[in-house]
Amino acid sequence: MAYSQEDVQIMESIIKRYPRPRSAIMPLLHYVQSKAGYVTNEGIEAIAKILQLEAAEVTAVSTFYTQYKPTPVGEYHVGVCTNTLCAVMGGDAIFASLKDHLGIENDEVTADGKVSLEHIECNAACDYAPVVMANWEFYDNQTVESAKDLVDSMRAGNPKPPTRGPNKLVTWKEASAVLAGLNDGLAHEGVQAGEPTLLGLKLSKEGK
Amino acid sequence: MTKLAPVLSAHWDEKDSFTLEGYKRHGGYTASAKALAMDPDAVIQLVKDSGLRGRGGAGFPTGMKWGFIPQGDNKDHYLVVNADESEPGTCKDTPLLMANPHVLIEGCIIACHAIRAKHAFIYIRGEVTHVVRRVNQAIADAYAAGILGNGIDVVLHIGAGAYICGEETALLDSLEGFRGQPRLRPPFPAIAGLYARPTVVNNVESIASVPAIIKNGAEWYQSMGTEKSKGTTLYSLSGHVVNPGQFEAPLGITLREILDLAGGVRPGHKLKFWTPGGSSTPLFTDAHLDIPLDYEGVAAAGSMLGTKALQIFDETTCVVRAVLRWTEFYKHESCGKCTPCREGTWWLVQILRDLEAGKGTEADLAKLLDLCDNIMGRSFCALGDGATSPITSSIKYFREEYIAHLTNGACPFDPVASTLFAGAGA
Repeated sequence: MAYSQEDVQIMESIIKRYPRPRSAIMPLLHYVQSKAGYVTNEGIEAIAKILQLEAAEVTAVSTFYTQYKPTPVGEYHVGVCTNTLCAVMGGDAIFASLKDHLGIENDEVTADGKVSLEHIECNAACDYAPVVMANWEFYDNQTVESAKDLVDSMRAGNPKPPTRGPNKLVTWKEASAVLAGLNDGLAHEGVQAGEPTLLGLKLSKEGK
Repeated sequence: MTKLAPVLSAHWDEKDSFTLEGYKRHGGYTASAKALAMDPDAVIQLVKDSGLRGRGGAGFPTGMKWGFIPQGDNKDHYLVVNADESEPGTCKDTPLLMANPHVLIEGCIIACHAIRAKHAFIYIRGEVTHVVRRVNQAIADAYAAGILGNGIDVVLHIGAGAYICGEETALLDSLEGFRGQPRLRPPFPAIAGLYARPTVVNNVESIASVPAIIKNGAEWYQSMGTEKSKGTTLYSLSGHVVNPGQFEAPLGITLREILDLAGGVRPGHKLKFWTPGGSSTPLFTDAHLDIPLDYEGVAAAGSMLGTKALQIFDETTCVVRAVLRWTEFYKHESCGKCTPCREGTWWLVQILRDLEAGKGTEADLAKLLDLCDNIMGRSFCALGDGATSPITSSIKYFREEYIAHLTNGACPFDPVASTLFAGAGA
């Protein structure tokens, strides 16, 4: 895809955040991912051109980080935590059942392009285990059934909202724009904290 | 008398705790105003006097780190906040930033003033979309209110899925726009950090602790905690417990006390093993319930306080399976720069997979320990060292369980029994 004048202006505004242009390479990769859904060759070329780097230098960075996808993912990219704690608490069972339910393997996309699946590492929500992420939004305290319901809702075009996140799940491309540092105006939505986050505070107010 | 002491978490139960208005309601940004009127060296001294130590794992005194920045050198100085929370079990900075991003921004202003930096970068992991929104909005609101932009700028930098970027020098390489691989030290970041300029790298919780210290004084902070581990901190309890969650308490509380508050291990089960500070800290067992969870107490018992990530596993959990999974994580996250870590973690996984499947021999345990010995301390950073912790500690405490896999010819545990929904018809 070609990048419009507006796209280039946004990319230049991202570069201006930093004292040195090369530091913008990561948000720019998130940005090209927000346009095409993954890191395309055109995206690599565009970043190389604007930062005056070789395409190979940009590719070297892109391939180091697992969030930059070399091939298209689903409109809703589902990550199941299978690091030790979540795996033991049910993450392994959830991941196995989602693969079976969707008929896809790790790092694959459903034929309708709606859902892709990935087993992920610890996502800093262990007190909400087992954890499932979708477009990197939190779905806390999942079970096999709730995770199946979640992906079904995605395929039906009406995804369930995150547990701690905005009122509506944004698409993969929209989430990638947020990760490029662009403001989608949804920060005020959703809870400030879930119950486990507040447990110690609550007990202390009860004098315990 | 409560054993808890919410300071960082004191107002998280207010619905708008993450907004500028919600933060200002409880004196937000009065500490930065106070600090900006102080001599920078006096701010450093106050933080030194408070006894605050790094909350990202290593426990280095925060004020001393700030004091290492050379002054009058006519170079740009930088503050970099490590918000790349990825250590397995660690889940404190993420809820902190979701509930109160402004306390981190205020801490950044104070720290920048102290080290004479004009620029702070917050390096947040990329897998937390809504936390990114909250921090980004808080920064925008702070600029709009004139709190930022008057000599101090804060930039949010969003990562892209690499545990290694939580290591401070890999983080700096990543922030400079390269693959996130650790640098050889010295030079330390205080001398040659971001863009080869003097740089302080601090954890989120460390910087977020500073505003309250400025507001209430060093003596107040000193009055909490133990002899060498001062103040309060977030303990994150997860796993096979009745009520997991965040518990902010003075340093030195014990797991027994926290478990009592959390309703204990899930009914009908008993504690088998736990991590005091994430998967890179050697495992503890039920023999360690009364160890004071401060830097010295945990170290004296053979582990590390780390990130205070208390992951609790009951007797239904196979320790070999748990350790294998952590080892697969380290193999996946090894950046590949240093041979002992890159190759070593690969071999650890091969051997552990066989052992877990009951296919190895007892000699493999000796081989595992030998490999660990050859990984430990032999790479640029501590990732490889961390990879050895669960292995050596689990063999120390649960050698018979490894052997049982071999005599049984398979894993003797039922993985269903350790799930949260075991028996719930899942």
